Amino acid sequence: MAQVVPAERDLRRVIGDADGSGDRALDGPGEQELLDLYRSLVLLRTYDERSVVYHRQGRIGTYAIFWNHEAMQAGAVHALEDDDWIFPSYRESAIGLLRGMPPATVLSWWRGHPVGWWNPADYNVASICVPIATHVPHAAGLAWGKKLRGERTVAIAFFGDGATSEGSFHEGANFAAVTDAPLILFCNNNQWAISTPLSAQTRAAALADKAAGYGIPGVRVDGTDVLAVYEATCEAVERARAGEGPTFIEALSYRAAPHATADDPRAYIDLERVEEERARECVGRYEGYLRRAGILHDELAESIRRDATDAMRAGIAAAEAEPSADPSLVFEHAYVDPPTTLRSDWEELKRILG
Amino acid sequence: MAELSIVEAVNDALHVELARDDSVMVMGEDVGRAGGVFRATAGLRDRFGPNRCFDTPLAEAGILGSAVGLCMAGWRPVCEMQYDAFSYPCLDQLITHVGRYRWRTGGNMEFPLVVRMPYGGGVRAPELHDDSPETYYVHTPGVKVAIPSTPADAKGILAAAIRDPDPVVVLEPKLHYRTLKGEVPEGEHVVPLGRARLAREGEDLTLVAYGSMVPVCEAAAEELDASVEVLDIRSLKPLDEDALLGSAAKTGRVAIVQEAPRVCGFAAELAAILAEKAILDLQAPVLRVTGYDVPYPYWQIEDAYMPSVARVVDAGRKLLDF
Ligand SMILES: Cc1ncc(C[n+]2csc(CCOP(=O)(O)OP(=O)(O)O)c2C)c(N)n1
Ligand SMILES: [Mg+2]
Repeated sequence: MAQVVPAERDLRRVIGDADGSGDRALDGPGEQELLDLYRSLVLLRTYDERSVVYHRQGRIGTYAIFWNHEAMQAGAVHALEDDDWIFPSYRESAIGLLRGMPPATVLSWWRGHPVGWWNPADYNVASICVPIATHVPHAAGLAWGKKLRGERTVAIAFFGDGATSEGSFHEGANFAAVTDAPLILFCNNNQWAISTPLSAQTRAAALADKAAGYGIPGVRVDGTDVLAVYEATCEAVERARAGEGPTFIEALSYRAAPHATADDPRAYIDLERVEEERARECVGRYEGYLRRAGILHDELAESIRRDATDAMRAGIAAAEAEPSADPSLVFEHAYVDPPTTLRSDWEELKRILG
Repeated sequence: MAELSIVEAVNDALHVELARDDSVMVMGEDVGRAGGVFRATAGLRDRFGPNRCFDTPLAEAGILGSAVGLCMAGWRPVCEMQYDAFSYPCLDQLITHVGRYRWRTGGNMEFPLVVRMPYGGGVRAPELHDDSPETYYVHTPGVKVAIPSTPADAKGILAAAIRDPDPVVVLEPKLHYRTLKGEVPEGEHVVPLGRARLAREGEDLTLVAYGSMVPVCEAAAEELDASVEVLDIRSLKPLDEDALLGSAAKTGRVAIVQEAPRVCGFAAELAAILAEKAILDLQAPVLRVTGYDVPYPYWQIEDAYMPSVARVVDAGRKLLDF
């Protein structure tokens, strides 16, 4: 039954220290897969860093930075198959890139342009969820529904530490548990909800402990160790596909960047701790691991970074080349069969806009 | 008098009211350490301590539900909802308890709590940072609702809400939080609920609005070639019916402007009151200029959704030409 690993010293790790002590080899992924994982990390990192610049340049709007969260996102998604469904929060806005979504699409979302609203069915990536934790029951419902249809699809919901305080989190987790839904509840525990520290959010020693209350397994991994995330998610996927129900994964990290471009964390965050975290950020850690294993070298790393940079350059160019959105879209898409007033409203607005 | 922005006026009101009454406490997400994501609660935690400016867990139903219990324990909680659309989880508590508890106790218990939040669109923000949710609140029996449009009213109305023995929801126009400045009386300043404000006097036409639509109406009044009155309702419940009916009697022509979607919006309530009580004064049908009955759009096209000066002018001309 419930296998809860509560203490921080038991944090699951695969990547060791910078000197290589503690490095562990994973059963399963071969060199190509390990490099693909690196490509995903670099793509997400590049997306994030470029986005902060684009925001400063006024080319995208407010943006929720996910710097140092890439290992959780890439590690988890690589454990899934393409038919599996991802339910992202705003923090995982660019997770669709790992499913082949063009960067221009996500950039357009942050530009407030309608082409940024992708069709979830195209990527099996649900819409970005802005109201905290409200997508957790959606993911539970999708996983349950697929199971009822006899499909082998698994779902994963990403949410933060703060989200575990919301009623929707609790209700979604409990639904998934009682329906034995093939769901992974993936908690990005970056230890802050904007300015609210984890200690003000919960008295639980570990968020993974919450799993016991739902009668499901809870595991705790180092969220900046992409291989530990990958391994834990693979196990959760296996359980889910075997009909054993949901798993709660707590991926521990520390938010080393502002909550979003509009936030100034200097007033509340521990800046020394931020520096420590930045020094052991997740892309560099994985890069070190691959180099120690002789899988990655300068030239390859350079070309992977260049590909990502090129993709972003093309992405912002495409997003900016998008013709401005037609105001008629205000009246589209809410209904299959809209009330006739929407049409007369648009006619009137057109007359006034001239 | 000091020249303050709306959000500074809110902050001022909280400082004054917490100092005046030590049963007043502020609670919400990020209100303490960060002083609120809009800085509306800045300085309160340092001045009054973490218990009177409390950073809650991330749970709006929990915030409002525990505020009910805090009232039972003798506190006057002022709950911040971080954004309009993020208040929705608290609606369960609002509808099933906040609006009913005094009634349920045969009038024996009081629930002098306040829910305040920034509201409204036009701020180029991601989804669900733009709603005008006043209808959900004002539709709930047992709950009062006010929406100021000026810094002085933002302070005075919040003070009145805090002192009011009933639950009051105050929506603050976030579009103008920092950009709209005005003279605000120092120290204690109370603007009683239930009284409208005549923002501009006129003879030919009345534009009725509240919150962020008041400046839109004022701009439209400038553009219209007529003597236009602008009535800032500011207190939706209790409502200053006399001011509404008085202005309608004077001008005979009324347009009501609201940012929220049209169906069952507050403009519909105001129009119904005019239909019931002012029909013989009216020289033209009552018109509404509102947001549309669609989800608030992507921000690149939000201007097409928001009631604009041009739309209000258009409605004004229709009324004047009727
Ligand atoms: C229901 C709801 N309440 C409040 C907010 C405002 N808000 C946005 S992000 C955030 C903090 C979320 O923290 P956490 O769940 O830890 O996720 P993180 O942002 O750290 O990834 C808050 C309070 C919201 N989006 N939705
Ligand atoms: Mg967090």
